[in-house]
Amino acid sequence: MKKSSIKLAVAGLAALSLVVASCGGSSSSTDTTAAAAATTDECVTPTPVKLQLQWFTQAQFAGYYAALENGYYTDMCLDVTILEGAVDITPQTVLANGEADFAISWVSKALASREGGANIVDIAQVFQRSGTLQVSFKDAGIATSADFKGKKIGNWGYGNEFEIFAALTKAGLDPAADVTLVQQQFDMSGLLAGDIDAAEAMTYNEYAQVLETMNPATGALYTADDLNVVSYEDEGVGMLQDAIWADGSRLADAEYNATAVKFVAASLMGWAFCRDDAQACTDIVVGKGSKLGATHQLWQMNEVNKLIWPAAAGVGMIDEAAWTRTVDLSQNAKNLEGGTVLTEAPDAEAYTNEFVTAAHALLTEKGIDINGASFAPIDVTLTEGGN
Amino acid sequence: MNRFARRAAYRTSMFVLSIVLVVALWEMYKVVGPQDGGKLFGAGVLPRSNDTAMPHVWTMLSRYGRPEVRGSDKRVWVVVLEGAWFSFRLSIVGFLLGSSIGVGLSILMSRFRIVERGLLPYLVVSQTVPLIALAPLVALWGGKLSIFGIEWPRWFSAAVLGAFLSFFPITVGTLRGLASAPAAAVELMESYAASWKQILLKLRFPSAIPYMIPAFKLGASGSVVGVVVAEISTGLKGGIGRLIIEYAREATADPAKVFTAVFGAAALGLTMAGVIAISDVYLMRNRPKETTS
Repeated sequence: MKKSSIKLAVAGLAALSLVVASCGGSSSSTDTTAAAAATTDECVTPTPVKLQLQWFTQAQFAGYYAALENGYYTDMCLDVTILEGAVDITPQTVLANGEADFAISWVSKALASREGGANIVDIAQVFQRSGTLQVSFKDAGIATSADFKGKKIGNWGYGNEFEIFAALTKAGLDPAADVTLVQQQFDMSGLLAGDIDAAEAMTYNEYAQVLETMNPATGALYTADDLNVVSYEDEGVGMLQDAIWADGSRLADAEYNATAVKFVAASLMGWAFCRDDAQACTDIVVGKGSKLGATHQLWQMNEVNKLIWPAAAGVGMIDEAAWTRTVDLSQNAKNLEGGTVLTEAPDAEAYTNEFVTAAHALLTEKGIDINGASFAPIDVTLTEGGN
Repeated sequence: MNRFARRAAYRTSMFVLSIVLVVALWEMYKVVGPQDGGKLFGAGVLPRSNDTAMPHVWTMLSRYGRPEVRGSDKRVWVVVLEGAWFSFRLSIVGFLLGSSIGVGLSILMSRFRIVERGLLPYLVVSQTVPLIALAPLVALWGGKLSIFGIEWPRWFSAAVLGAFLSFFPITVGTLRGLASAPAAAVELMESYAASWKQILLKLRFPSAIPYMIPAFKLGASGSVVGVVVAEISTGLKGGIGRLIIEYAREATADPAKVFTAVFGAAALGLTMAGVIAISDVYLMRNRPKETTS
């Protein structure tokens, strides 16, 4: 009895070592070392990873939730915990303090933290385009940023206002004299009440809020035809937004380095899944306890997809031109107090495409489309209140 | 009907009447108030009375009965009640923590004058630190610290911030109360060779109760404010503070929804005050016995 069980164990061990050996053999054939570390199939104890978001659970972060829900992180031997943001939580500070392993943050804000001494590195530029708009009613006649002259322009402050100032400067307007800048709440009531002529809005959130509101004049919802939209991306002053940031001081550590590749790869896989099935991703986010209505989330998912896809150089790749533009604007666009986001250009270590490149190798191996060239947004019909 | 029941009925009817009055005022202002607010010398003075800024009372009430989001079978009142219950438990923990710290400190300070002189200024300073500056720091302890092998849960950070706001009035009130025992009575006790502990328990605490009750009332409401602000600031899931901020995001299209959560927070504060009022009645009922004996 006892003997046979030992025999069985030996046989099992032998079989296991064979499996391990064959895995080692297959992964050594790939050329990048980081990818080799990531493709190892065995997973004894998953690496715990904490991801800090900028805000509550919503479709803006759907890719990470999809990767979590669909087991992409588990497949990469990662045990990922997603930490929600809040009013007073600054992701890049949480990351720099070592409370999280990765964080999602806008490039300009994170670079400001980096200039302040936080050693954080952009390792994947998930959103390739800026989603900031200036929304106004048609009768205000604001079609481009040049039309801001003499108008009441809403802005959120807290470092979210620099695209507005960049656009004003570009249009040859003096922010202090030519426009009235109004501090705006994070909703659109100022625009609807007429306190603001043009309100700052994200394509994926506040813009939808207007379209979810009843127009008292018609008794139906406001439509895109009622509104003028100035897109800062189209105005040429778009600044890079949601990116995955890593702890620069730990990147030299081989284990963290390998984790970063796996994390980026699985996250991008999540985003690819959301591109192909916006509805499924919306359901995941709603299932994670988001309080925003389902159609609002679907809208958000679709708009976020537009900011990511198509990705000519591959999803997550940091485009040097866009990076340089963001840095330039961060240095040169002055707000009312004459302040800029950055006083000097960040060093070359502020971003790296090393991890995205390694992640792309993994994804291509898995047959995942990293460009989404054929991506077509869906049509979302909004309902009152987004419910 | 005995006197007690009559008084209770009177109080209840006054409470209902005050609510009716507030509702009537609200709706009256909606009728006579300017739709887009009144301006005086270019500055907004009168609030807007339109449906976005001030929804009708019945709109707000009916919002409770409708689902939180479409497709969800949970109605708003269930969600708000659950949130309030969650925050209530945190507030109780914060209040208990705050009152034990507060009473402990005040005993220490009444025993040693030097502690009072040294500590009190710092306690005053501690209350000038804005809660929202403290909240993210304390929130970070969640899941990181462990005390005696028990991990510091995230919700406990919010309770600690509740305690932070509640301990101060309790400390000051109790300290004042402990010192309120008549000097003659203290001297009498001392002449009987009563120990410090005996004087504290038999004389100082009973005479401190009239000072402590209002202090505890302040502490209780402080605890609620601390917990709700901490929830808003750190985004702690499950509480009424989080609901307020989540619903506020929909204020543009669904203004009534925000008010449902705000009323929930108000009800929470009232419940907390009610708990203290009950203990007030209980403690004060023993009062005459103590003073006459």
